[in-house]
Parts: sequence; C-alpha cells; structure tokens
Amino acid sequence: MNFNKETMQTETLISKDPIASECIRISGSEAIVRSLIAEGVDVLYGYPGGAIMPVYDALYHFKDQLHHVLTRHEQGATHAAQGYARISGKVGVAIATSGPGATNLVTGIADAQIDSTPLVCITGQVTSSLLGSDAFQETDIIGISTPVTKWNHQITKASEIPEVIAKAFYIARSGRPGPVLIDITKDAQFETLDFTYQKCTGIRSYSPEPQIDPLAINKAAALINKAKKPLVVWGQGVILSGAETAFKAVIEKAGLPSAWTILGASAIETSHPLNVGMVGMHGNYAPNILTNECDVLIAIGMRFDDRVTGHLESYARQAKVIHFEIDPAEINKNVTADVAVLGDAKKTLEALLPMLVQNTHESWRGRFAALYQIEYDEIIQKDLFPTKEGLTMGEVIHKINTFSKGDAAIVSDVGQHQMIACRYAKFRQTKSNITSGGLGTMGFALPAAIGAKMAAPEREVVAVIGDGGYQMTIQELGTIFQTKAAVKIVLLNNNFLGMVRQWQQLFFDKRYAATELINPDFGMIANAYHIPAQKVTVRADLDAAVMTMMAHDGPYFLEVVVAPEANVFPMIPSGASVSDIRLS
Amino acid sequence: METQIERFTISIYTENNVGLLNRISAIFQRRHVNIESISSSASEIEAVSRFTILVAITEANMKKIIGQIEKQVEVIRAFYHTDEETIYQESCLFKISSDLLFDERQIQNIVKESNARIVTVNREFFVLEKSGRRHEVDLLYRELKPFGIMQFVRSGRIAVTKEKMNITHLLDKFTQE
Repeated sequence: MNFNKETMQTETLISKDPIASECIRISGSEAIVRSLIAEGVDVLYGYPGGAIMPVYDALYHFKDQLHHVLTRHEQGATHAAQGYARISGKVGVAIATSGPGATNLVTGIADAQIDSTPLVCITGQVTSSLLGSDAFQETDIIGISTPVTKWNHQITKASEIPEVIAKAFYIARSGRPGPVLIDITKDAQFETLDFTYQKCTGIRSYSPEPQIDPLAINKAAALINKAKKPLVVWGQGVILSGAETAFKAVIEKAGLPSAWTILGASAIETSHPLNVGMVGMHGNYAPNILTNECDVLIAIGMRFDDRVTGHLESYARQAKVIHFEIDPAEINKNVTADVAVLGDAKKTLEALLPMLVQNTHESWRGRFAALYQIEYDEIIQKDLFPTKEGLTMGEVIHKINTFSKGDAAIVSDVGQHQMIACRYAKFRQTKSNITSGGLGTMGFALPAAIGAKMAAPEREVVAVIGDGGYQMTIQELGTIFQTKAAVKIVLLNNNFLGMVRQWQQLFFDKRYAATELINPDFGMIANAYHIPAQKVTVRADLDAAVMTMMAHDGPYFLEVVVAPEANVFPMIPSGASVSDIRLS
Repeated sequence: METQIERFTISIYTENNVGLLNRISAIFQRRHVNIESISSSASEIEAVSRFTILVAITEANMKKIIGQIEKQVEVIRAFYHTDEETIYQESCLFKISSDLLFDERQIQNIVKESNARIVTVNREFFVLEKSGRRHEVDLLYRELKPFGIMQFVRSGRIAVTKEKMNITHLLDKFTQE
C-alpha cells in the first residue's frame, strides 16, 4: 500500500488491538502508538509540532487507550513523566517535536539520567533526506542527548520502529534505570510497515544485572556480624529494586542504624526505630557525625554523591566500606569499597539476610539518640514549633504531616524548602519522596507532581515549592487546570532564592547578588487558572489553611509567606568533612 | 592516591552503531581527558567493532573511565593495557617530490635503513609508507624533513594485547542463554 493520508486514517485502523497476533500493514506513526500501548503505557506527556504531527494524528485515533497530557512546555512533559515514573516504578513517556521541542526535553532527561529514572522520550525529526541540512526545526538531538541518556537511537525507516521501541523500554527499566531517547524522522512516521510487536528480553552487549557473587555476600555478612559500630546508608537503589521488605528485614535482624540519601527517603517509614535520618549537606547531625566514627559503613544502592560525602579524603576513613550496588561503574568511583556486592539490591539483601547474626547494637544506637537530642534542641524544635515571629518552612511541613497522616507523596523542588521538606516530611509509604536530587533542577516539582498524581490518583500529592523554582515552570498550572489533576501546591515564599542567599550570607559577606525576587500576586495567578488559592502570613492561620487544602477535592494552591532570611541547618559547608557539620 | 600519569591503550569491543563514537568520546570529554589517538575498525569477530584509544592518565582514573565505557549499552567489553602488555604499531605516509629520490642519494639510504616502503612513484612525487613504533616514525620524519616533505600523515595507534580477550566467549554465552 502506498502512503496517502486518507488511507492512513481509514483503512489502516481496522484493528485496535495493539498487539495484533498477525502482522498488519500500518504507518510508522501508528506503529509508534501501538508499540507504546503494547508496553503498557496508559498516559504520556508531550507537546505537538511539525515533525511529530503524524504521531499526534495516530494518538487521536487511540485516545481511548492512550491518554495524552498536553503540558505547557516540553520540560514540563519530561518532569511529569519523571513524577509518573518515580511514584509508580513504571517507565514515564514524553514526546516532543524536533528542534526546540527536543532541546526543551533535555533538562528533564539529564535529571532522569542522574537520578536513575526510567523514561522513554520520543522526538520527531525532519525528513531523513533533510538530515544535516539545517532544515527548519532541525537539531542534532542524538548528539545533544548522548551524554545525558542511557541510550538513544535515530529511526529513519518505519520498519525499525517496533524493535527499537521495545529495546528502549527494556533499556530504560532494566538494571540501573535511566532515560532513553528515540528520534524518528518524519518520513519514517509516514512510511508503512508490516507491524508485529515483540517485547525485548535481552541485548547481547548489555548485561543490566551483574551476577551475584556468593563470596562477596559472605564477606559482607562477616564484616557486618563482626561490626561493633555499623552504619547503613541507603539510597534509591532500595526503592528501584523493590527491596524495601528485604532491607527492613536485614537492618532489623542485625540491629543496624540506617540513614538515607535524599533519594532513598521513604523506602522505610520515617518513624522506624532504626531510621536515623538523612545524610549529607543538610542531613541530620547524628548520621553525619557518626559516619566518621562507624567501624563498618554499609552503603546500599547509593553512589556517594559529593553532597553526601563532603570532603572525600576525610570521609569514613576509619570504616570498612561495603558497597551494595547494581552499577559496576559506581564501585570505587568516589569511595573505595573493601567489599563490593554487585547485583540487584533486593536479591543481594535477600541472600545476605540468612547469614546475619541477630544483634541490637544498643549502646551504639544510643549515640545516635544523644546526637539527635542535640540537633532537636538546637534546630528541629525551633523549625517545627517556633515561638518567634515569622513562619518557618519546617512548621508548614509539620502541618502537612499532621493533616496527611504521613500518607502524602511530597514532591519538592530545589533549594531551602527542598531540604526542609526532605528533613521533616514523615513518610509511611515507599516512593513518597519525589525530588530532583542529583541535578538539582529548579522547576521540577510542579510538573512532576502532575505526573505523580496521574500515576497514583488514590494518593494525596503535595508539591512543596519555593518562589524561585515555582516561576520556572509556573505555566504548568495550565496543565492542572485542563486535566483537573488534584495536586496540592504549597508555595513557601520568602521572596528570595533562599539557598543561594543563605550561601551569600555565610560565604559571601551577605552580598545578596541577584537573589531577591519581586514577586507577583501568586494567588491571582492560581485563580486565573480557576485553582482555589489561599495565602497565609501569620501562624494563627496556618492550621486551618493546611486543613482546608488537604480536605479540598481538586487542585489547590496555598501560599505561605515565610521568614525571608531563615537558614537551613545543620549544614556541612561545601568541601568540609561530614563530621564538621555545623548547627548554626 | 595514585597520581602518576601513565600511557594506556584502551581496546573497546562494540556493536557497530551510528553515534557510538560520540558516546564513547563524550566520556573522556566529561573528565577533561585528551585523547591522544583513536582508531575504529572491524575486529576479529563478525559485526563487532573495535576502538583503540590512547590516553595518558592515572590508573585510578583509567579504571573509572573503563567502568563508564563498559556501562554503555552497545559496548561489549572494554580493556586497558600498558605499553608492555601490548604489541602496537602506528603507520605513516610521506609524500615527497620525485626529484629528490634521484638527486639526493641519501634519501635512498634512509628509505632502506628505515624499512619504509615505497608505495607509488610518478614523475611528480613518490609516497613512502612506514609502520612501527612512534619513535621510529618520528626518527624517519626528522631524517626526511631537511629534504622537504610535501605531505605527512600518521595514523593513530593500533594494538593487540598479549593476553587473551574472551569476547567471542561472552557473545556465545548470550546466544546460548
């Protein structure tokens, strides 16, 4: 069948069964949509444009099976797909046109790469005969996206579509997850192919999961059993591998005090007696100080980011380091491991469990409690139960905890409010802390919250955002208005780029260069999108405002004006050792 | 910490795909590591390509880069070796005016002694080919330079290792699974 637009729309859309058992002759664009459905995609985020129009036309015919969400900017599409992936564990999908559409995806892709979030991004590309000719809206998105994707591929022939999409989903979700980009020329979208779909189950050059070495497990168990002062630091690997139960069993059996990286938060409940808080620059006092006192450091599914380790040469030098990790490239990258346990965290922890000796480490755990008390008296109490004038970010998070009973997913942006949200949010369910950890992408939270809410409509999703980051993707209020995604938006407004201002105060003699914001009336903006809004400026109104927001059925905007020059403490100054953490 | 800069020959077995060169070179660029030479060709295995890359870095960094190369989906295996662990060669071509071949008796001696090969001769120019270690190529260059070289080009290093590379075994294993 030769291509013409009429036949594409009528004759070829006979069967709506996405995985037709028999081969059917369809257009490339329809093959894309059917492939997505075959991969179990139910929602995707995107923005149309010239080079992706055939795909949008195919989406129109399949709208009962595949829900497309029109974001207001392509960056929003990637962040929404990330939010979707992070709360559900499924692959998020974003699509965009060529040129600026494709380049606008890049920030979200880079964010997904550094935070190991499974994404499949599809971009339209100019017709293959025009490649390299500086055609209208042509950009080398393969070249641009190479360093920030786990894999990428350009399709110029329709016949490649099903196999490449199958490969893309397999790569995105397997092993250490990550973003994949497929660039499809417009002629390949129009061309017809004989379509059948087969899921990808392996690629010969790619081994997503290293084989588990029983010897390494033995060595790890021996070290843990011998340890007098063990400390676990876990990361997102525990969540990505679905190892929460195995992890809890391991730490409970061996009595291991356990701290989390920002992306590991919520893998076990905040209130768990072995949960000793967050490590890193604005983490908790005890786990940071005791990192440099423990005798065995057990790192699980984390990558020793510089925000976690502080000054590397003085990080846990006294400790034997055991590193449970799926990605061999992470072993010895930043911190040398005495024992490297390669493999999927769920499997390695399950293998470790029977080899562990029961222990409680009472007196060692007492050290954590004592240091917590110092942090509580100096910082936490003042953050959560302030008596001075000026609202704190901490008390707002505390109210959200109270009214959500710890069941909300907290989607935070980047900056002071993010550190406060991660420090004080109480979680009872896994996959509840959604934030941009590695890349630190301001503007992440609002679109990510939309994706999270759509993937888990039964959950309360609260986006906690600062006044700086909010204005980076504020246009996604339009997406909320159009889709009625019931996202609760909490704007913690200090009229500053707070974290940068804090650094200026501490390290640049209070020279507040370009950190003060003259802000609009945020409530009016929310109202313009028909989103109910409330603004709180005094403590007395906070309780009722949070309660009203949480009780509201639908999207809601709550602005809380907080003290303009408050700082986040504790803090490990950049380049300092974890044990040099400051309380003020 | 190992801080000594050493020269390493990296051998990377890969699928033969568009864009992979970019993906591999980006790993060096990210770490601000200069690639001294790079060459890509077929390997002993059908449909498998082999990159040979020469860099001067610390061994600690070398290991991290190898890890990040091997992590790429289309990379089958990557290895690094010191000069002592490899048999390596470079190849070069000189284009020289033909007059010199007849007028300058010494050039004929240089050609003979250096084990270089005359690829072609015509009225205008002759082309000399030499394969060997870098210092041999450099020596020949220095010897010919005074007479005038019309064009000179040298290839990147290519190398085979003394140890076995079990790529075929790896690929067979995948097919069996």
